[in-house]
Amino acid sequence: MDANAAKLIGAGLAAIGMGAAAIGVGTIFGNFLSGALRNPSAADGQFTRAFIGAALAEGLGIFAFVVALILLFVK
Amino acid sequence: MAAGGAVIDPIHQFEIKKITNITVGGLDLSFTNASLFMVIALGVISLIMIWGTSARAIVPGRLQSIAEMLYEFIEDTVQGTMGKSGRKFLPLVFSLFMFVLVCNMVGLIPGTFTVTSHIIVTFALAAVVILTVLIYGIMKHGTHFFGLFVPSGVPKPLLLLLTPIEIISFVSRPISLSMRLFANMLAGHIALKVFAGFILMMTAAGGVAVALSPLPLLMIVALTALEFLVAALQAFVFSVLTCIYLNDALHPGH
Repeated sequence: MDANAAKLIGAGLAAIGMGAAAIGVGTIFGNFLSGALRNPSAADGQFTRAFIGAALAEGLGIFAFVVALILLFVK
Repeated sequence: MAAGGAVIDPIHQFEIKKITNITVGGLDLSFTNASLFMVIALGVISLIMIWGTSARAIVPGRLQSIAEMLYEFIEDTVQGTMGKSGRKFLPLVFSLFMFVLVCNMVGLIPGTFTVTSHIIVTFALAAVVILTVLIYGIMKHGTHFFGLFVPSGVPKPLLLLLTPIEIISFVSRPISLSMRLFANMLAGHIALKVFAGFILMMTAAGGVAVALSPLPLLMIVALTALEFLVAALQAFVFSVLTCIYLNDALHPGH
């Protein structure tokens, strides 16, 4: 296989990781929202924690994105 | 692809250009566009905070409200995650938050340069945080600080497995902290450039594509709105994670 083609396929495969991170972030905010609708008075106090969880989950998707970028642009 | 077949390079916007050449003893200390926008960010922060708090009115004006809201927001975050003893880190967290926020926001103005889209800048910020955690933690708690890596109430054989995991997670903190901010900014700006490239490609293609070419433009407007949210959110996430890591230095041990 052409090395360049393999790079592009690898970058596309790395994009799957971003989708997986999207599932994680969606789960966190979905559960936060369902909890917040049950007990709205407690929601404000847990807002920061929801964002921390989302940031940590998102960070792993970001690693996948960086892998794709390295494959595409680093010569 | 532009009309003439030239390639639009979405990475080109992150290129560092020299404004004045300064070389000190073989070291390249040139004033670049990155340095220029850091100075601009510093100017904007100074303007908001110094001018905003100079009046000290009981009923705050617009600028004073902005300054007070930003300060109280970070104060609440610091107190919420670290408690009363965390107040000594408030200047550090507030400076980091303001610098990241203003750099992100300034970078969203078309034609400007985003300082935080360079990993070396964000890594330097993350290194400041982690070095503060290490130095303060070891100074205050001595060897007890390393209890951070040994979870309590765990059977001995399991510790052999858990301690390396804890150490790896601690070491990866500065990497993930800097990578998150850098990659978010980079991804957002690349996405904007890619959609701008679509407009050129569609107008060059002719036919139905020309009629549809305003669609990517609408997408750019929506993406810019999203990027403003991301810019503020990432500054917030950066400062919250800083608070959590500093909390480990204040209160180590599980």
